[in-house]
Amino acid sequence: MIAEIGHFALILALFVAMSQAVIPAIGTRKDSPVLMNFGRRAAVVQCALLGFAFFTLTLVFVGSDFSVKLAASHSHSAKPLLYKISGVWGNHEGSILLWTVMIGIYSAVFACSKQDLPDKLRALTLACQGGLSTGFIAFILFTSNPFERLFPTPIDGNGLNPVLQDPGLAIHPPMLYLGYVGFSIAFSMAVAALILGKVDKDWAKWLRPWTMAAWSFLTLGIMLGSLWAYYELGWGGWWVWDPVENVSFMPWLLGTALIHSIMVLDRKTNLAHWTVLLAISTFSMSLIGTFVVRSGILVSVHAFAVDPARGVFILALLVAATGGALTLYALRAKTLFVPAEFERISKDGGLVLNNMLLATATFTVFLGTFYPLFIDAVKGSQISVGAPYFEATFAPIMTVLIIFMGAAPLLKWRKSNLSDLKVLRPSLILITLGIVTATVIFKTHIFAFTGLGLALYLALSSIIAIGRRTQWTAKLLAKQSVRYWGFFIAHMGVAILTTGVVSMSSWSHEAIGRLKPGDTLTNSGYEFTLQNPSTGRRENYEYLGANIRVTRAGKPVKTLYTEQRFYPVRDMVTTEAGFDFTPAVTIFAAIGEGNNDDGYIIRANYQPLVTWIWFGAFLMSMAGFISLFGGIKTADRQKGRA
Amino acid sequence: MRRFIPIIIFAIIGLAFAFGLTRDPRKLDAVLIQTPFPQFSLQSLEDPSARMTEQTLQGQVSMINIFGSWCVACNVEHPVLMDIAAREDIKLIGMNWRDERAQGQVWLAKHGNPYTEIIFDPESLLAVKLGVVGAPETFITDKTGIIRYKHIGPISPEDWTQTLKPVILELRAE
Amino acid sequence: MRGIFIILALMLAPLCWAQTPPNDALTFEQIEVRARNVGRALRCVVCQNQSIDESDAPLAADMRKIVRARLASGETEAQVMDYMRQSYGDYVLLKPPIQANTAVLWGLPFLILLIGLFWFFKPAKTAQSKTPHNNGTAS
Repeated sequence: MIAEIGHFALILALFVAMSQAVIPAIGTRKDSPVLMNFGRRAAVVQCALLGFAFFTLTLVFVGSDFSVKLAASHSHSAKPLLYKISGVWGNHEGSILLWTVMIGIYSAVFACSKQDLPDKLRALTLACQGGLSTGFIAFILFTSNPFERLFPTPIDGNGLNPVLQDPGLAIHPPMLYLGYVGFSIAFSMAVAALILGKVDKDWAKWLRPWTMAAWSFLTLGIMLGSLWAYYELGWGGWWVWDPVENVSFMPWLLGTALIHSIMVLDRKTNLAHWTVLLAISTFSMSLIGTFVVRSGILVSVHAFAVDPARGVFILALLVAATGGALTLYALRAKTLFVPAEFERISKDGGLVLNNMLLATATFTVFLGTFYPLFIDAVKGSQISVGAPYFEATFAPIMTVLIIFMGAAPLLKWRKSNLSDLKVLRPSLILITLGIVTATVIFKTHIFAFTGLGLALYLALSSIIAIGRRTQWTAKLLAKQSVRYWGFFIAHMGVAILTTGVVSMSSWSHEAIGRLKPGDTLTNSGYEFTLQNPSTGRRENYEYLGANIRVTRAGKPVKTLYTEQRFYPVRDMVTTEAGFDFTPAVTIFAAIGEGNNDDGYIIRANYQPLVTWIWFGAFLMSMAGFISLFGGIKTADRQKGRA
Repeated sequence: MRRFIPIIIFAIIGLAFAFGLTRDPRKLDAVLIQTPFPQFSLQSLEDPSARMTEQTLQGQVSMINIFGSWCVACNVEHPVLMDIAAREDIKLIGMNWRDERAQGQVWLAKHGNPYTEIIFDPESLLAVKLGVVGAPETFITDKTGIIRYKHIGPISPEDWTQTLKPVILELRAE
Repeated sequence: MRGIFIILALMLAPLCWAQTPPNDALTFEQIEVRARNVGRALRCVVCQNQSIDESDAPLAADMRKIVRARLASGETEAQVMDYMRQSYGDYVLLKPPIQANTAVLWGLPFLILLIGLFWFFKPAKTAQSKTPHNNGTAS
């Protein structure tokens, strides 16, 4: 019964979404406040209905009602409660429902927000959100109904895949979706602004918090995904440039550009065209991501089960949304401000450059991700584009980006002078000398210390920027706006992340050996000793486990437990590595095939500063939240005073 | 007309996506067409002491079929192969891939043996040389032992009459 | 500005495979390390978009064995990669080789980067350094 009620709520939500798409738009046309206001109510009702539908599906999973097909194939009565709940979005139907619920939440929050928006802008934005909701709810109802019943009812569910039972997998998708979907508000506001022909400072101010929220969630989501993959897959990869990772990275890159271009628009109503296009493309990238994951158009380890009808439907949604918005842009571009000439050497110039570089980076990731598809279409040849390509093309672009990222915050708005950068000279000279000396002494690859030098340069220049602004006094430091702190923390996050990436790729080392019990393998000063390997059997797999005692110069560090598991039913072997995370060094070890007589293959890994990657990303996302909530507070206070 | 640039770019991307939907990314084109069948030296499935090499394929048009007792699609294909072997005069060579010798033999005893000879490749030595991705796959070589055709997936009766058989007849006429 | 281009040139230069030293008597560990290098650069053709090094698929396991055997028999990393490329085509290489059908793939990102930087910095010279006295007029 519960499933039918949920299904019914979803159908109701579809009608509410349709009315939300149409009625406020008519209201704007007819200048009717009543009709325009309808959008706000509809958004709240729609959100409640979607939330209720999601709630019923959760009840189905928690109550292990296996007469519902989705629960039967993705849940199991023996699962812990947390994974019964996370199982709701661990599959295509449930996750797309979650996606849609998020659109509803963002619409409702937008409808209720105290932002001082013109009625028409709000009404049209909500109408556009209603349109997006309509598309996605229809997609669920027509191609991916999560409430479908199954007859006869199985005795128990099928979803006891142990790989999917992980706290990381439970919270990573909701964060990611909060990011993806959050950009829908930017998209809808861009569409509304195009219709109204008003893209200016105020619009930038209104757009900012929504973009910031989406970006912060997306950063957090990507960071959690990376951490989870690193830990769970256990071969030391924190980012593998898989298509599904790439499609989450592209909206992030464009979203980052958008945050920065909003700053320019906010100041001097420049970059109007560019910001509107960015707002449209960022959300379009989210849609493309959804399309890729669910259509099977590109092969990926993460892809959901493939159904061509779904691919066609989402492509149609993408064409309607993005194609519609870009057509609107083509028709209305004349009403936007003509881009004014700007000084290259100024903060504005730096932000434009930032946008140019981030757009290039996005393009590169896009090209690499979809090139196999394009070349197949054009020439019929099949090639693969893997991690080595992205590393080779992405790194140079990021290098250039970081160089300017360090300099731009030191420049003044509007017009600045190269002499503003003079403060950097001593640190630049020292860093360059440091790079050369260290490279010569340690005989490392040139990139290793250059990369570290870049990160250090970025950190120093950010500190110098804040120092000069506050004249190095604590009193002025306390007076800095939250937004400025946001900038500082985010840029420091990038410096920390860069340090982690460079260290990990330059100094991590893997030792592999065939060890008998008691034998020792040495890696980067750590000794890994194999202890009492044993085999056994648990619920649905056989295992070969062992303790690896890790010492450093004889002193005990930690004992790692590693296991190789064999699942007979799925004919699948997985490896569970044992980890020791510390701020400076991460070590992990994994066991492979072998026996007591010939020894076991042991992989022992040493990865310095790899945790800095996630810490840096975490700082970036926190910077976003700080700047978001600080910004909202300040706005409230100003309103109170007025 | 700069304002039309974004929509034009998007149209191109959309077209590429639409094309992508019509393709199965898991299907790989054969790269070995028109090249000699790779050299190999493997045991025969029935007789571990007998060595089989690419010489087996010399002198006449042959069809090499990759199968395994573990392979579900092979069960579908097998009756078709049995039928072909019974009705046609053709050199059909089996390649038992990633299998246990005993299991492969039991499977053939149960379902019948359509093959003239069977190569035993438990460790994918020949399979990797042939660029095999999954079973079943079927290769056709000409009289000089050059690969001329590759069929991916189970052979249906229509595949046989409409594609494979004409190819073989053509190659025999060469 | 020249500095940036030098750095760029430096980054572009070593896009080729690390050469492996000639192997006389390889230890187990040496082969293992090379096998993993090769394994990471070869695509697992059945499981898709994983390297054979990461993949749990049976064919990937066999391919790993073959890679090890060939390295142990004295082949270089490049030779083993070529061997796999002969039977599976360019598809098996995770790093696409630079050739006619990948020219756009490899060239376009750098071209766009260079054009972008050129666009950004070129007018700055004329607009700014020649008119240092109009600070008063707002842009």
